[in-house]
Amino acid sequence: MAKVKVPRKSTSVDMTAMTDVAFLLLTFFMLATQFKPDEPVQVITPSSVAEIPLPDVDVMLITISSDNKVFFDLQGEHYKKTLLEKMGKKYSIDFTDAETTKFSKMSSFGMPFAQLKQYINLSPEKRKEMPSAGIPYDSLKNELGDWIMQSRYTNNGVRVAIKGDRDVSYPAIKKVINTLQEKDVNRFNFITSMEGS
Amino acid sequence: MSEIEGGGGDKKKGGKPHGKKLSTRVDFTPMVDLGFLLITFFMLTTSLNKPKTMELNMPVKDDNNDKTAVKVSQTVTVLLTGNNQIMYYFSDPVTLDPMTPQITDYSAGGVRPMLLRENRKRVPNIDSVQVYKDLFKINKMKESDMKANIARLKGDKEGLIVIIKANDTAKFSNIVDILDEMLICNIGRYAIVDISEPEKELIKSSAPLLEAALKATK
Repeated sequence: MAKVKVPRKSTSVDMTAMTDVAFLLLTFFMLATQFKPDEPVQVITPSSVAEIPLPDVDVMLITISSDNKVFFDLQGEHYKKTLLEKMGKKYSIDFTDAETTKFSKMSSFGMPFAQLKQYINLSPEKRKEMPSAGIPYDSLKNELGDWIMQSRYTNNGVRVAIKGDRDVSYPAIKKVINTLQEKDVNRFNFITSMEGS
Repeated sequence: MSEIEGGGGDKKKGGKPHGKKLSTRVDFTPMVDLGFLLITFFMLTTSLNKPKTMELNMPVKDDNNDKTAVKVSQTVTVLLTGNNQIMYYFSDPVTLDPMTPQITDYSAGGVRPMLLRENRKRVPNIDSVQVYKDLFKINKMKESDMKANIARLKGDKEGLIVIIKANDTAKFSNIVDILDEMLICNIGRYAIVDISEPEKELIKSSAPLLEAALKATK
């Protein structure tokens, strides 16, 4: 018996259109988004109807986690370098150039100043494992106040943003606000998420 | 997979001898793979929406500074108790004693109607704020004019003044919620003030009432 010949058709499809779509999407995502900052803690911000966007530069970010621990960050790498030098002088702890550079690349941190040197010298993976104690902000030992003050000396156009978890208790917020007010910061922003999202 | 094949072109018989034509088709599959891989990477590592913020101005802390005196009849004191509840009271304009506190919550039907009603009583044309905003939206009014008009309405001397006092059991979200209500109800003058001992006692003593109200809303 003669074999019936089935004409073979090529299975290859024209991929050009798909490439176009893929790269169009890629371009969109590259332009429309910004990198998520590394956060030491997960914070769920309360929702509000406020529509003022957070400025991109000159922001001092105070994060308060749901267990009332305080984390601090100052934007701008060169500001962070001078900030660490100033804080080091105040607390008489010396930092090497390598350490200040590492510090300037870090995101929010939350630990007493005495532990900071050790924290800086850890690898990024190890940093996550280290339990964060939060920056002390009691009236007895108010390191947060020093961070705020030295940040304002470093960058006097700095704006203060407070990112609090929705479950932070009022006394903790009040203490942070009081600390800010002691340092003559009477205008600040609460970071919120959009209503209904 | 890649196929740069010499198909087509040289099938004709008896033609002039000519060089083998190569097809210009290239397989794009790896490129698509790469594209989608990068898209996935960007989608996972970036955040699309910028966070929004809410501005808060606190008065300058100065003990020598004489405090601004306001009419008692203009004020309402809002106590943020725990459990997402609010207690508010007005003061008697004659005897200055606090009147019976009312219990409500942060929902749209809670404290908002009261604030709107009371503010409207004192500033009858406060609703024009929305009119100005709408006019700006349809480009019938300049932004500076809109802001000036809204500031004028909100800065009305007779307007409602809200005194916000949070109990220690209140949460951060409660503070943001009540500040949100100030924005929604166009209240120009409000202040976050430390709670006083009698008010703490008041919250403590009305705990059964608060609990009953909580059960009623559930």
